[in-house]
Amino acid sequence: MELSVIVKTILKYWPMFLRGAGTTLFISIIGTLIGSIIGLLIGVIRTIPVPEKGIKKYILKVINAILSAYVEVFRGTPMIVQAMVIYYGSKQAFDIDMTPLFAGIFIVSINTGAYMAEIVRGGIVSIDKGQFEASYAIGMSHLQAMLNVILPQVIRNILPATGNEFVINIKDTSVLNVIAVTELFFQTKSITGINFKYFETFFIASVIYFVMTFTVTRILRFIERKIDGPENYILYANQMQVETPEDALRRERKRIGNY
Amino acid sequence: MEKIIDIQHLSKTFGTNEVLKDINFSVNKGEVVCIIGSSGSGKSTLLRCINLLEKPSGGRIIYKGKNILDDMHDVRAYRTKLGMVFQQFNLFNNHDVLGNCMVGQIKVLRRSKEEAKEVAMKYLKVVGMEQFINAKPRQLSGGQKQRVAIARALSMNPEVMLFDEPTSALDPEMVGEVLKVMRELTESGLTMLIVTHEMGFAREVSDRVVFMDKGVIAEEGSPEQIFNNPTQERTREFLKRTLQQNQ
Ligand SMILES: Nc1ncnc2c1ncn2[C@@H]1O[C@H](COP(=O)(O)OP(=O)(O)OP(=O)(O)O)[C@@H](O)[C@H]1O
Ligand SMILES: [Mg+2]
Repeated sequence: MELSVIVKTILKYWPMFLRGAGTTLFISIIGTLIGSIIGLLIGVIRTIPVPEKGIKKYILKVINAILSAYVEVFRGTPMIVQAMVIYYGSKQAFDIDMTPLFAGIFIVSINTGAYMAEIVRGGIVSIDKGQFEASYAIGMSHLQAMLNVILPQVIRNILPATGNEFVINIKDTSVLNVIAVTELFFQTKSITGINFKYFETFFIASVIYFVMTFTVTRILRFIERKIDGPENYILYANQMQVETPEDALRRERKRIGNY
Repeated sequence: MEKIIDIQHLSKTFGTNEVLKDINFSVNKGEVVCIIGSSGSGKSTLLRCINLLEKPSGGRIIYKGKNILDDMHDVRAYRTKLGMVFQQFNLFNNHDVLGNCMVGQIKVLRRSKEEAKEVAMKYLKVVGMEQFINAKPRQLSGGQKQRVAIARALSMNPEVMLFDEPTSALDPEMVGEVLKVMRELTESGLTMLIVTHEMGFAREVSDRVVFMDKGVIAEEGSPEQIFNNPTQERTREFLKRTLQQNQ
């Protein structure tokens, strides 16, 4: 490996790397977000208590069957194959001409959705039954209990798994080069098509991938800690009552001093 | 006296296990009724049937003259009239103490934030937890959690309070603080139905004591009668056993 080649490659092709990394991040972020929303929705629907009788029971059963099929199919096939089938299939069968970028986001979203659906369902099932019962006992509907009590806890609990999906998406968007999405892998390959320095150029790409995943992991840790709130609570006392004369004096001095 | 809850021929089976058999009893307005009985006799199940956390297999539950087991009955509106306190507290883990007492008021009773906060603070003071409004459930001791749970239930201004062994999950040194709060509540004229293993407490606060055994009400009467002159052999045996354990 020659350092000079690396430096030269960076100096010459940095706009291409940057655009590639940007596209990769863009697809991963949007895909993870939409996928998480899909996963949340499906997770919630799949944990609705099935009524004992009535047509509602059958409607719910049909919906659940369809959702299970979706989850199984997308978890059971490689994303690179899904990309080919959806991108070319939609063109041939339905005459829909997606841009590669749109197709990329679409594929990453529904793929992530399938994984997140299972993660969310697990998250909901693992919440203590008492949380539901206390919500119902206070008069909440199932939906109210979900929105106000269960889901906030589920989202906190699945945040590490979501972060994991995000990191996987940053790496796996590289397979979208098969449908010509101009993400980082595609750009890197294009550069090597010009300079033929495979090792050095892909080495740069791997460093960029690593920086992206590492940064994302750190940011998510930070968010987790933020959500957890402070380790200790402060006793809420009526401050006017506990103020000592010295405190009052100091406060008064400061006020005058500010003028 | 006005019956607020009237239970008629209530039964509950889990699979083939008949947990409640032909239960008949009522609670009058303003009355404090304690349910005692050995483990597995169906006390929790009875309480959970009353607020429909379990679906009764048969019988009627008449609340203020209306059968709430009718298909047409509004279950959620009915549940807001009953405050439930669980053995395991079941505070909402994602809310702090104040939030626990406000969320039901805002989402279910549609009270404004200001009103909900005012009501919540009032009842947090009643249970002596007004200093802890910022604390999350995981930061509280068992006794503190249970007092918040009581405040949460009271904040909905229920007509009846149901307690399912509120002190059974507590360390001995915390039982007192919760019983103290409950004792004060019994003096406020609130209707209360309490499942408890605290015999001293039951004897002291009850207007009436119900003794359950193997899914039936074996005996009911005034605390004096149940604790001093039980008519049933199984009541005598149960009391003897419990008193021995407490010594
Ligand atoms: N969800 C359930 N499914 C099946 N059986 C149940 C269920 N809940 C309770 N039971 C059974 O019902 C019986 C009565 O239980 P319950 O909890 O009402 O008793 P309890 O009087 O409250 O006892 P304890 O004093 O231990 O709380 C027990 O035999 C129990 O195993
Ligand atoms: Mg019980």
